[in-house]
Amino acid sequence: MTDQKPKAPAGADFEAGLSAADKSVASFARDDKTIGYILRGILRRNPTIIPAMVLLISVICFGIIAPNFMTPGVLSLVLKQVTVTGVVAIAQTLIILTAGIDLSVGAIMVLSSMIMGRLAVDFGIPPIFAVTISMFFGALMGWLNGFLVTYIKLPPFIVTLGTLSVFTALLLWYSGSQSIRGADIREIAPSILFFGNSLKFGGFVITYGGIALILLALAVWYLLNQTAWGRHVHAIGDDPDAAMLSGIKINRTLISVYALAGLICAFAGWVAAGRVGSISPIGFTDINLASITAVVIGGTSLFGGRGSILGSVLGAMIVGVFNTGLSLAGVDDYWQMFAAGNLVLIAVALDQWLRRATK
Amino acid sequence: MKKLLAGSALALIASVGMASAADLTCLITKNNTNPFFVKMKEGAEAAATAAGMDFQAYAGITDGDAAPQINAIENCVAAGAKGILITPSNDSVGPALIDARAAGVLVIALDTPLANPEAQDMTFATDNFEAGLLIGQWAAATLGDEAANAKIGMLDINKDNISVDVARDTGFLVGFGIEVPDLTVMGSETDARVIGHETSQASVEGGVTAMENLLAKDPDINVVYTINEPAAEGAYQALQNAGKAEGVLVVSVDGGCPGIASVKAGVIGATSQQYPLLMASKGVEAIAAYAADGTKPAATDGLTFFNTGVNLVTDAPAEGVPSIDSDKGTELCWG
Repeated sequence: MTDQKPKAPAGADFEAGLSAADKSVASFARDDKTIGYILRGILRRNPTIIPAMVLLISVICFGIIAPNFMTPGVLSLVLKQVTVTGVVAIAQTLIILTAGIDLSVGAIMVLSSMIMGRLAVDFGIPPIFAVTISMFFGALMGWLNGFLVTYIKLPPFIVTLGTLSVFTALLLWYSGSQSIRGADIREIAPSILFFGNSLKFGGFVITYGGIALILLALAVWYLLNQTAWGRHVHAIGDDPDAAMLSGIKINRTLISVYALAGLICAFAGWVAAGRVGSISPIGFTDINLASITAVVIGGTSLFGGRGSILGSVLGAMIVGVFNTGLSLAGVDDYWQMFAAGNLVLIAVALDQWLRRATK
Repeated sequence: MKKLLAGSALALIASVGMASAADLTCLITKNNTNPFFVKMKEGAEAAATAAGMDFQAYAGITDGDAAPQINAIENCVAAGAKGILITPSNDSVGPALIDARAAGVLVIALDTPLANPEAQDMTFATDNFEAGLLIGQWAAATLGDEAANAKIGMLDINKDNISVDVARDTGFLVGFGIEVPDLTVMGSETDARVIGHETSQASVEGGVTAMENLLAKDPDINVVYTINEPAAEGAYQALQNAGKAEGVLVVSVDGGCPGIASVKAGVIGATSQQYPLLMASKGVEAIAAYAADGTKPAATDGLTFFNTGVNLVTDAPAEGVPSIDSDKGTELCWG
């Protein structure tokens, strides 16, 4: 049989040139090898790298520009000065993880420490009971915040703005604006000042408060990352509706978060008594904002669902490094505020860059 | 319902009528957290009740914040006050006070004079410069020959050059024997003995942080000037933590009872005691006199203000510097 191929027009031999043609098939454009993409991926998986790098770089920079900064004495001083802020920042992190915020942490801390001081010094109650009662009151104040947020359904910002004023007024009324003197505490109930003692090795001095900060950070880290409760807290912050639909008891978990934060603030009050050596009702007025600054610089997102305790502690230390470094460098102290403000802006901008979906 | 409304309206009118019977004295303090101002308020209230006058107290929120005080001044004038006692946060309350004076209200500044002499009828105050001078002279006399090699740390309120801060700070330096070219600001001295000025916010924890920062600059500081006794307690705490409490002279100003107890305990070497209760009661007396027959208060001889007095309180008197001991200080203390 003869298979007659249709006769091609003259001069049109399509097959002959094929061997020289491009042999590749359709494919996706691969753009995920760019530096920005890779970096964003690493940072998304390990967000704590950012504050760790910033801390390292700032310590090195200040070591160069400020005299005496890299000495063990000064480095220990930085930790000592940020210990109370660090503990409160841990409480603040818990609340910010649920996409809330707590403006009353400072008031809870000072009122609890005032209760502890008055009970131990003025009423002679054994310090261990005074501390327990003050922690109970701290948890109660936190519980009140949580109750108003969950059952009365008020925004956390508004709730804690109101309770800040309420707790501060109660504090001034309860204390009569009188401080509890260090000499009285040392005489009657010295274990109130427990966290002010320190360990010395080499040139480094670390207070019991600093050790407590590290231990507390580890404990809360475990709670947040290795328990179901911690998973629920992250879920509520990330998407409350999805959390509710998956069976998480939102109200109960939120109240427990606020109550735990109040308890940690009361503990911070005990640490603060050791740091300062006395208990004053007008102290630590800036710790509300300072704790939020530390949390944000540490990489926790204000929009909830993502963050780390370690980051908050590093954030507190970064602010401390800047404050002490600038002070030793002889710079006027409003530049410390300037630096802290810029750190917050950069941290939030970075968080937004990480959150954005890749193009 | 209508009867209830009518009844309450009547009661309201009647109470307003009753309120305008007694003369009104207003006290406006910088804040109501500092025990100094709390005591001042108590003293003023007691004196006003004794003089048969009505009394209202207002306060700002923080040192240096003038807006709440301006509101309070305007409210007092509107309420028909005969006199206003005020511890001004800063000089921007001046215009409101000038308006108050024009409305016939007697304006008395307490503790801190206003820069504009037209803003007040009289100031009842401690001479804060003299308070600083006394502790400076005491420190220099106690060190004797060592004063030439002293290392001095200064704990101020902040860097805003608040008048009481500047007066005590420069007074101390002049009393110690250090030359101060400009007495209107802090930090104008160039003497190498002054290691630095740190912000203490006049609080205990600010004092701790400020002292730690100063010790980081120079661990051998042996004289510490503090703006008030809470800052001094904080400084002492930091010195103790650093193991340097022995051999460091800590001086302060205020003379509150907790502070005098610190002098007794050896925490503070010497403190200049001032008398807020006296400022308040003398101020109320002046307003009562003005309300009765329009007489205005007069200044102490040789000064532009009424000096309510200052005493150096110490248990280690130094030569050439008059002082009282801590027992007498405890009798006269406030708070």
